[in-house]
Amino acid sequence: MIRVDHITKRFRKLQALDDVTASFSKGQVISLIGPNGSGKTTLIKTILGMVRPDSGKIYFDGKPINGDFEYRRNIGFMPQMGRYPDNMKVGQLFRMIKNIREVGDEEIDDELIIKLNLQAIYDKPMRTLSGGTRQKVSAALAFLFNPEVLILDEPTAGLDPLSSEILKAKVISEKNKNKLILITSHILSDLDELTTHIMYLQDGKMQFLKDLRTLQDETGEKRIGKAIARIMKQEKLRPIRFEDILVLKGENQDH
Amino acid sequence: MAGYTLFLLIASMSLFNMEENSSKAMLSLLNIVLIIVPLISLIFSTIHYYNSYEFIELMLSQPMSRTKILLSEYGSVSFSLLFSFLIGVGVPVLIYSFDATGMAMLFTGSALTMIFSSIAFFASVKSRDKARGIGSVLLLWFYFALIYDGLILMILFTFSDYPLEKLTLLLSALNPIDLGRIFIMLKMDISALMGYTGALYKDFFGSGSGIMFTIGIMLLWALIPLWLTVRAFKRKDL
Repeated sequence: MIRVDHITKRFRKLQALDDVTASFSKGQVISLIGPNGSGKTTLIKTILGMVRPDSGKIYFDGKPINGDFEYRRNIGFMPQMGRYPDNMKVGQLFRMIKNIREVGDEEIDDELIIKLNLQAIYDKPMRTLSGGTRQKVSAALAFLFNPEVLILDEPTAGLDPLSSEILKAKVISEKNKNKLILITSHILSDLDELTTHIMYLQDGKMQFLKDLRTLQDETGEKRIGKAIARIMKQEKLRPIRFEDILVLKGENQDH
Repeated sequence: MAGYTLFLLIASMSLFNMEENSSKAMLSLLNIVLIIVPLISLIFSTIHYYNSYEFIELMLSQPMSRTKILLSEYGSVSFSLLFSFLIGVGVPVLIYSFDATGMAMLFTGSALTMIFSSIAFFASVKSRDKARGIGSVLLLWFYFALIYDGLILMILFTFSDYPLEKLTLLLSALNPIDLGRIFIMLKMDISALMGYTGALYKDFFGSGSGIMFTIGIMLLWALIPLWLTVRAFKRKDL
């Protein structure tokens, strides 16, 4: 479905992506993880064509994307920080995007709009919304057009537990429809029930891309957080979270 | 935007009412058109670009081509500026001074609006930082409105022993404000004040080919920055 082929990107001094090669196919839920500034968002933006790579190519359905835009019709994107025009109302936003995508009402998937109760805020301007509510709007927009590929950048950050659960349930149901879903998150426990593959990035380099089963077998850990921490210890990678540091310390004391 | 329209309208109405001679009023209006219109077009377009940055980002994650996004942004801001100009200056000119000079003035003002909003877009796409974008746009305005004339005068003084008429003609094409000024002045029958050069200008700009030349150069001034902007925007990381 999506193939990333030797992508390299440099922002002045920062090497954001360093020769990343990976391949994602339908029915997979890929968790992109890594420390802050490891290039996760840059990789996503490159796939979306918002950032132009210095070298390398990205293939969507076998076709290279090169300043092309039609392929984005098949992608639903939920950004890390949804930024919208201040004066636009929520309802207007939905209507406008529907117009751009030129889809009929029968193809619309408004499950999230209903479940997150977004109709109630249709006539509120975007600038009055809290961060969490914006996230809800972003989530509903990403899923609205029933796209084949969903790219979710930190989807649960800032969402209340209830909405977060609704979103997770939605991701699982989309996964069962054989869609490709890319998620970045720092909340590894959120990913436990969703993910099928883990992709680990650090300093712009891809450390590994493995499916969950292999990872669990290799490390003997059931939970993603612990499995990752163990791998990081083996390969001397930097920890992502405080808990990882604790796990690493605990391991050291055992020996 | 409404304020800009109102300002132009009040300024041009009061000029026409205060001077009994409408050509005197046109002369004062000329300065407004040549100084204020570029300034407002530059600043307004720059602010508009930076304010709609979020919107551009949102559009980019949708199936839309970058060229289309940028051109619609440019179109929306430049056409509303143009509309303001045509209401604010166009209506009074049509009422009080409906002749060749008036038409030349309206054409120049409209062309300057399009030209300077396209230059503003170029500067804003090139610089990510808002303060830098507005700063560079102001510098450009100083250059076109003030510094360029000083440079030309300097050249003319230094080389006053040589026949420079053809050269000054060429130099004027390098600044849309100058080009517009000459274009309107020659329609005003005051070119006699400009001596031999004025006569040459009159010969050239009075003719049909001179008018075509002016229109063509103005068009180039709007299209080339716009083309460069689209090119830069296509390669930009957002």
